Amino acid sequence: MTSPGRIMLGDTVAKSRYHVTRESLVRYAGASGDFNSIHYRDDVADAVGLPGVLAHGMLTLGLATQCVVDWLGDPARITGYRARFTKPVIVAPDEGAVVEVVAKAAQVDEAAGTARIDLTVTFDGHAVLGKSQVWISLR
Amino acid sequence: MAVNPAIEGRVYPPTEPYLVGREKIREFARAVFATNPTSFDVDSARAAGHTDLVAPPTFPVIVQERALAQLVADPTSGIEPVNLVHSTEHATSVRPVIAGDELSAVLTVTNVTSRGPHTLLVADIEILDATGDHVSTMTSTLFVRGEE
Repeated sequence: MTSPGRIMLGDTVAKSRYHVTRESLVRYAGASGDFNSIHYRDDVADAVGLPGVLAHGMLTLGLATQCVVDWLGDPARITGYRARFTKPVIVAPDEGAVVEVVAKAAQVDEAAGTARIDLTVTFDGHAVLGKSQVWISLR
Repeated sequence: MAVNPAIEGRVYPPTEPYLVGREKIREFARAVFATNPTSFDVDSARAAGHTDLVAPPTFPVIVQERALAQLVADPTSGIEPVNLVHSTEHATSVRPVIAGDELSAVLTVTNVTSRGPHTLLVADIEILDATGDHVSTMTSTLFVRGEE
């Protein structure tokens, strides 16, 4: 891993593995106020044609962003983020789901003191977020 | 019911002020698997130069939810919550959210585009503090399923 002070283009700056369970989804529903029942009821997920209960997109983006926060040590260093929700994270009632995040430096502007970190977020071997980027302050 | 194209350009009134509490920051931080001490421990946050706990970057989604609820509750919008799929999210922040902030959100529908029977809707959500200063802007693209 690279220290936040010296980032080289293309460096993997952080990576993390998150075990998301049904408990995580209920916890996130309460914390965020998003109580859409497709995130905790199998019958509702099935009725709308989903392959199972899925994680909130903003939970996946939230933990992916958190991978960068934990590397930097402070959320105040994050100045922006973006993602496209391309594939659902299906959370099995017993085993949950494992989401893996790899963060790489894609742009570094030493003069401006900013960098763009690109995230690869995968579940079950597939990317679940598209064009997932985080902008950070280097100081 | 189809999405009403006339909502493009509509600006909704600011949401009721949301007071950001320390326990809410801790609760949200745990929910996104945060481990950074500045979101949990006041002394660590102060040592890092903040007045109080610092919220995770996606924390303003709580206020965004309230703004989107206005849009869905608007009887003229034609949006059924069950047909909503979150497509993209983009956020830029002027400053982080700190415990003690009072946040409100102003939602503007910036684009409504038909995709066959479906609709793609773009909403800009400006997050403001109690003094009316800009904290962050969130842009949500929502895919609204229509009748096939």
